[in-house]
Amino acid sequence: MIKRLLIIVALATIALGLFPLVWGMQEARTLSGVARYYVVNGAEDYGAANLVTAVVVSYRGLDTLGEVAVLFVATAGIVLLLGSAKEPVLLDRKSHAEGESEPEPDMGTERREGSPLLKTGAALLFPIILLFGVYIFVNGHLTPGGGFQGGVVIASAVVLLLMANSEMHMKHGLLNMIEALSGATYVAIGLLGMWLAAGFLDPRFLPSGEFGALFSAGAIPLIYSLIGMKVGSELTGVMESLRRKA
Amino acid sequence: MIQVTITQAMTALGLLLAIIGLWGILTRRNIIRIIIAFTILDTGVHLIMVGLGYVTKGTAPILDGELAALGTLNVVDPVPSALVLTAIVIGLAVTALMLSYAIRLYQTYHTLSIDEIKEMKW
Repeated sequence: MIKRLLIIVALATIALGLFPLVWGMQEARTLSGVARYYVVNGAEDYGAANLVTAVVVSYRGLDTLGEVAVLFVATAGIVLLLGSAKEPVLLDRKSHAEGESEPEPDMGTERREGSPLLKTGAALLFPIILLFGVYIFVNGHLTPGGGFQGGVVIASAVVLLLMANSEMHMKHGLLNMIEALSGATYVAIGLLGMWLAAGFLDPRFLPSGEFGALFSAGAIPLIYSLIGMKVGSELTGVMESLRRKA
Repeated sequence: MIQVTITQAMTALGLLLAIIGLWGILTRRNIIRIIIAFTILDTGVHLIMVGLGYVTKGTAPILDGELAALGTLNVVDPVPSALVLTAIVIGLAVTALMLSYAIRLYQTYHTLSIDEIKEMKW
């Protein structure tokens, strides 16, 4: 009881402390500082119509590489936790020793077959959603979207397929290969930028092309497509690991 | 009547979500609910960040024909959008990592309640 009261007091303190800050926040009338520079010079610098993409892939390209690395580490942790073939060690606990006839808990291993409606729908929608994901990351430099979003859309298509077909398994080796290849190519393009253009992850070693066309903005679409493939295969692998072990 | 700007509304809503998430993390006993509370906290922080980047009557920072008619600088700050974009995906991966820990805990202890798991308590 006293614990609950303490929690409420702590949360109320945080809320009361932060609320004046939040409420006193004035809306900016115009852009200032670095954002202004990005908006004014973004089109000229990198030729990408979507300025968010220009920031993610080029101005802050190193940060994005770091984010992709964080994603990779999280995925590696999941595979390390769930992917090992060994069964987990059951701890010797009192409740187990006393009640020996404890029923085996439902681990969700028993899977029902998907209904015909779900199966047909998934088979029909899977290629369309996949295509949509690819469209999102290929057009990342022109329209809202990009590698991260497109990759997540692709993973969602796979989730639909995995729900419909209980016996289906993705090929882990193939997924790992796509992931490793796209990740390595991403870094290689970054190094190529250091050699052919101004610095690491500079996309301007390819011609910038016509503003607003699909093949424009240097290597930005290439980099974003690689990120999309990496995120898509990574999250697909995560879903597969979670489902296999659960 | 008080005029509430979009930035104020979004950051206040984000703060509310963050507080709800913190409350869930601190009070819930079921590990799945703690993870859900964590994602709510995540969403609140994202809302605050996007809200900070709003510029009055600004539109999406995408340079196309419609923006040319409005004037070039009438866009929202692209930097918070770029940060939140990656943060959402990282949040998804971290949630999946937490869920896989939950799966392992359940397989080992046959419970999801953190009160039952006493080995880590002191």
